[in-house]
Amino acid sequence: MTSPLIRFSGVSKRYGALTVLDQLDLDVAPNEKVAIIGPSGSGKSTLLRVLMMLEGINDGVIEYDGKPLTHMPINGALVPGSESYKREGRRNIGMVFQNFNLFPHMTALENVVEAPIKALGLSRVEANERATELLDMVGLSDKFQSYPSRLSGGQQQRVAIARALAMRPQVMLFDEVTSALDPELCGEVLNVIRRLGSEHNLTMLMVTHQMGFAREFADRVCFFSEGKIAEQGTPQEIFGAPQNERTQAFLSAVMDAV
Amino acid sequence: METSFFDWHFARQILPELLYASLTTIGITLLAFALALVLGLLLAVMRRAPMQWLSWPATAVIEFIRSTPLLIQLYFLFYVMPEFGLTLSALTAGTLGLALHYACYTAEVYRAGLDAVPRGQWEAAKALSLNPLDAYRGIVLPQAIRPIIPALGNYLIAMFKDTPVLSAITVVELMLQAKNIGSQTFRYIEPITMAGLFFLVISIIVALFVRKLEARLRLP
Repeated sequence: MTSPLIRFSGVSKRYGALTVLDQLDLDVAPNEKVAIIGPSGSGKSTLLRVLMMLEGINDGVIEYDGKPLTHMPINGALVPGSESYKREGRRNIGMVFQNFNLFPHMTALENVVEAPIKALGLSRVEANERATELLDMVGLSDKFQSYPSRLSGGQQQRVAIARALAMRPQVMLFDEVTSALDPELCGEVLNVIRRLGSEHNLTMLMVTHQMGFAREFADRVCFFSEGKIAEQGTPQEIFGAPQNERTQAFLSAVMDAV
Repeated sequence: METSFFDWHFARQILPELLYASLTTIGITLLAFALALVLGLLLAVMRRAPMQWLSWPATAVIEFIRSTPLLIQLYFLFYVMPEFGLTLSALTAGTLGLALHYACYTAEVYRAGLDAVPRGQWEAAKALSLNPLDAYRGIVLPQAIRPIIPALGNYLIAMFKDTPVLSAITVVELMLQAKNIGSQTFRYIEPITMAGLFFLVISIIVALFVRKLEARLRLP
């Protein structure tokens, strides 16, 4: 195996007495598409949130491209990263949220150009060019000047994807990006993700309840249970012949619901 | 008629003096409110900071000033501070006192506005590598300020109506001027009525302006 792009080593995350991630180890290869499934409260979203450093971790370390992400080396010891160190680390990672989190006081275009201008120092012209290209790609050429409140959920989520891509990340994190959408709007968002996967060299981690999409799109599926990866493998292995009891119970419950 | 209830001739006579004093009142209000807006925001942001050495002093200042009367604070600035080597003119002490006092109220208004911005907005800003200053300036403040404009407008009017308190430290604003005219001419009804009308008219104009501003900034 090539050296991993992302490595979780013994990562734990606790809220008081509640352990959300429990001594978690996970390697993700460059360009790999990993789907994360599991019951709610199993730590799936937290995995993405600690990787994006929206929350700190209590134990372990997360590495990116061989360098610690959450921690910085000082005199040979690893100490929790400073805010600016973490900000630098986030540059390589883009995240799309369940509730879109678009900036409501900005048009679609303004949403996409804001960070490239402020955080990457692009000129407005360059940022506009980049944003135009991305909004075209997600199929919103006619919505540049629309405010989020005037867009459907699916359109908002596509703007959010364009916004994250405008930072030119190496890794994209998708946190239940279709869960807040009406069923008929999921397809347009999933299609964009499909295109991203086939046309760009992006490493992707996605937490999803869309089993069909995970099965078709992912290189690897991780089943989370109680803050650990209870089982992982190719989609064929996990969906075809799950070994772990909990995976079997979860999948049969999910499939019954469909 | 020998003695009219309201002497219009006398009223016209004292109008220039009162208008001049009203300029002082308006000037003090505008300057003090501008200071209160900036200082209040600073206090609100400090109070929210995760670092205790920032949040604690801000909380202490806000609670202390909100819990003591404006008049005492003005006396302190004007009559007591000189004993510690800080001598301020009445106008400076008055403007500064008002600004400080109201900064603590606007800070609480800002806090409400900032608290109302969903956490997801902060997270999106963070995920886009925006630094805290850019996140506040570009993302959070524009959303926090819109809904609190009416509340800030109320404090602008309240502050405006509090300017007569400055007469206690010898600032000749509208109210003190009106009182002076009364004590010199033994006619109080005209100057005091006119001062009152003046406050009424300006307050209504400000309220209308605030409503306009609110409508203009409303999101589509």
